[in-house]
Amino acid sequence: MTRNTAPLVEVTDLTVRLGGQTVLSHVNLTISPAEIVTIVGPNGSGKSTLLRAVLGAVPVAKGTVRRADGLRIGYVPQKLAIDPTLPLTVDRFLSLPRRVSAQRRKTALDRAGAENLGNRQMTDLSGGQFQRVLLARALLDTPQLLILDEATQGLDQPGSAAFYERIAEVRSTLGCAVLMVSHELHVVMAASDRVICLNGHVCCHGTPEVVASAPEYRALFGTGTHGALALYRHEHDHNHDHTHDHGHHHADDHTHDHEPTP
Amino acid sequence: MLDDFFLRAIVAGIGVALAAAPLGCFVVWRRMAYFGDATAHAAILGVAIALALDIPVFGAALVVALCMALAVTALAGRGYATDTLLGVMAHSALAIGLVAASFLSGVRIDLMAYLFGDILAVSKGDIALIWGGGALVVALLFWRWQALLTATLNPDLAIAAGLDPRREQLVLTLTLALVVAMAIKVVGVLLIAALLLIPAATARPFARTPETMAALAAGIGVLAALGGLRASWVFDTPAGPSIVCAAAALFLLSVIVSQLRRARVGS
Repeated sequence: MTRNTAPLVEVTDLTVRLGGQTVLSHVNLTISPAEIVTIVGPNGSGKSTLLRAVLGAVPVAKGTVRRADGLRIGYVPQKLAIDPTLPLTVDRFLSLPRRVSAQRRKTALDRAGAENLGNRQMTDLSGGQFQRVLLARALLDTPQLLILDEATQGLDQPGSAAFYERIAEVRSTLGCAVLMVSHELHVVMAASDRVICLNGHVCCHGTPEVVASAPEYRALFGTGTHGALALYRHEHDHNHDHTHDHGHHHADDHTHDHEPTP
Repeated sequence: MLDDFFLRAIVAGIGVALAAAPLGCFVVWRRMAYFGDATAHAAILGVAIALALDIPVFGAALVVALCMALAVTALAGRGYATDTLLGVMAHSALAIGLVAASFLSGVRIDLMAYLFGDILAVSKGDIALIWGGGALVVALLFWRWQALLTATLNPDLAIAAGLDPRREQLVLTLTLALVVAMAIKVVGVLLIAALLLIPAATARPFARTPETMAALAAGIGVLAALGGLRASWVFDTPAGPSIVCAAAALFLLSVIVSQLRRARVGS
């Protein structure tokens, strides 16, 4: 397979301040074509802000966010509260902001698993249908990078598992990279190539196995995630208990200890 | 043909209704009702300034309404809740306008006309302003329609599509100021927001897409203008408030019909 491996997005030493507060500091992130990168982290850790910085929707206080020239981004927002006063069919929604042919609308809806919803009112959709329509909209332009912000909020567990399965499928059909945020650690991590654990800064990053066993990650999410992680793959409980208190400041030294063992 | 004052009133009323309808839809969708109210109230300050300096009311009201809308947009999210900010600025501007006008001798009667409108006194020049301004409003909205809808749905969605939601907000601000300035003569500053909101709200239950809602709202607005003027003729009531009353009656009808329809679907 010959594909261009130049990064789609390169975030270097990014610092973002919102309303006088530093939300992100010194964040580095690279997204290569066709990889699935997941950002995990506690509430208020700046996950959504990082996504929005990649989109270019927040002012950068320091550092750079570099997007590949002409990068096509498909964005699935965290939540889309459609005002009940706004009448909108699914087909009409897909034609925003650019008119899209019926054929392309249908293709995107099929890809997202939202067949036959075109004529429905957006406000009448169930949570799962709504998310699939949002995904369909993001897929219209066959994006090179798909960005999802807690896209399964409000879905039950089977619903969100199916949704992430769908994402993985889309990735292999379209060959697009995926950058997503989630709090459903086990489901998401199973589907990810790389995981970034964020808490205002990058605590640790690497393959799901590496991150799941990193002490910084455990410090943030506690041992309660053991059971959940067991769901996604086998447990990594080898010799981390001796680790001294990290306070999750310095990230990288740990991830390097654990070269991924595929 | 526009020599008859009643005919002029009808033409002016239709012009305002047509321009206000699509903008009113955005005011409803974006929950800008209070914003529209504030912009309209501020226009009375422009009227007072115009009367004091003997400059055209349309221009002065437009400029003050625009300044008001821009100031609110700029200040929003800087420590005060937007509705508080709007309340403070709208009523302050209205009060300052009324006080300022009281310093001018002989304008007390005039001011009533600007508070509640004086559609039966529109001149051919007013009609030209209303239709010219209205055409500009409709053209701006038509041009930015897709972008405006996207930004209304979700600002981040717009940014991801390469649009700037702030610029789209500016388009709405500008068109709002235009509608306010041209509607003063027809319904007065106190009732302009009603002309924006009521037709759009009346159209909502019968629309499946944004476009049909805007078109229906335009039709309802025109109907309200015609009905209100007719009623004011028959019952000898003030024209501006009569138009708003007619719109309110249509809204009531719309609520009843949509409830009945829902009940029938439900049963």
